[in-house]
Amino acid sequence: MPKLALRDVIKEFGDNRVCDGITLDVDAGDMVCLIGASGAGKSTLLRCINLLEPIEDGGIFLDGVDISVPGLDPEPVRRRIGMVFQSYNLFPHMTAVENVMLAPRRVHKSTRAALLPEVEALFSRFGLADRMGHYPDQLSGGQQQRVAIVRALAMRPEVMLFDEITSALDPQLVGEVLDVLRTLKADGMTMVLATHEMGFAREAADKVCFLKDGKIIEEGRPAELFDAPRKPATQAFLARALK
Amino acid sequence: MSQIDNVGVGGKPRSRRQAYEDKLRRKSLLIAVMSSAAVVLAMVVLVPMAPGWDRVVKSFFNWSVMTRTFPGLLEAFVQNIMIFAWSAPLIAVLGLVIALMRDARSPVLFPLRIFGAAYTDIFRGLPVILTVYLIGFGIPGLGLSRPYNSPYLWGTVALVLTYSAYVAEIFRGGIDSVHSSQRSAAQSLGLSDRDVMRYVVLPQAIRKVVPAQMNMLIALQKDVALLSFIGPVEIFRQAGVYKSLSANFTPYVGAAIIFLAVTIPATRYADYLMQKQARERS
Repeated sequence: MPKLALRDVIKEFGDNRVCDGITLDVDAGDMVCLIGASGAGKSTLLRCINLLEPIEDGGIFLDGVDISVPGLDPEPVRRRIGMVFQSYNLFPHMTAVENVMLAPRRVHKSTRAALLPEVEALFSRFGLADRMGHYPDQLSGGQQQRVAIVRALAMRPEVMLFDEITSALDPQLVGEVLDVLRTLKADGMTMVLATHEMGFAREAADKVCFLKDGKIIEEGRPAELFDAPRKPATQAFLARALK
Repeated sequence: MSQIDNVGVGGKPRSRRQAYEDKLRRKSLLIAVMSSAAVVLAMVVLVPMAPGWDRVVKSFFNWSVMTRTFPGLLEAFVQNIMIFAWSAPLIAVLGLVIALMRDARSPVLFPLRIFGAAYTDIFRGLPVILTVYLIGFGIPGLGLSRPYNSPYLWGTVALVLTYSAYVAEIFRGGIDSVHSSQRSAAQSLGLSDRDVMRYVVLPQAIRKVVPAQMNMLIALQKDVALLSFIGPVEIFRQAGVYKSLSANFTPYVGAAIIFLAVTIPATRYADYLMQKQARERS
């Protein structure tokens, strides 16, 4: 059974069908990369998986259980699925460590003292040990994004969603964030990424999906999809993206 | 150009542009001082020459009336400060509650939403003085026993009701101005709607509206004087009493000076906060 399964997911904003029947399996421990032009529906699909957007039709299954049933309480599901955003979205009025501790404190009712060893370990693991007391505006983009990842990890999610998390970064900071993803992959985290980093997708992904107009046009192992795309739309996109 | 011209304070070499700008600055400073002096001189010399100036001085700037009444005015102003001091926190709390009511999403809370909307519409739509009369005179007139018939009490209630409607709208604007991505991030962590509001949205919203709320405090400080119409002897009413006693308007000028001594620094501070915030956001 796949860890996460999408079945004919349809999402509309008004008359605009953003996800048009998406079906996808994500096995435990796999990294799946969604590629495609802006507006293809990658980000919306991730937001739907995390129940930030309700879907019109279809199903989203976590461990075989449909989490997209209308009326289902989204909070317990969101705790099992971490999400990191393109614009970091750290809470600007809290220090890095407060950002990370807020959700475990409120949701798991843990105390600061009980959380500290685990949180400290996460910070130092990702090279942020001396940044715990800093406010987001005192951190570089790469540091902020790593704090955002630590914040999601502190809830011990089973699946992580990454929405173009390097797109807002200066080129020289992209590497440090991609390194975090490599570490998580080595840990066996199940991950879905929307990304424009083709080199990283080819190197690290277990599966790559090319999206266009809300549909998965082609999917496969990175070597197949990047080196021998079968569909003309995929070929055209890759020709432009890899130029 | 001589060697010396190129040396600034402390012997540090001055760039050509710095030297030029210093020269310009000295020149514009000189012009500003001279033109201001000319205007002040004109006012001092010309205004007293206007016909009727003697009467204006006697009526508005009578020194002996001023020295006799000023201490009493100051004492009455304490009354204003007291009314202000205990209505301001009530306004802040009630305003926040009303703002949160209008944000309520659950259908069970729909009546609260309607109530919040009606509340702000009504109290922002009425002249303050009308609300003060209606509640400050009207409710004690129902024949309540002491101390519940005090115009202090009901006048303050009127101010609190009116001002919390405005304050609620400012809070709501602040809540709306927190970017939706902050909510998304908080929700994605599995926080409940209540916690999202309490820990993520509200702290940011309140910070954003501090300067705007400062302006409401200043307006409130002035509008406390409206209570004079229903009884409390605060500074405006006290000034009226002195005016009648001395048949002279100087006590009003004294009251005006006391108000300005408070409101001008406060307004400047609010402006400073607003500018600071505008700078931080840009």
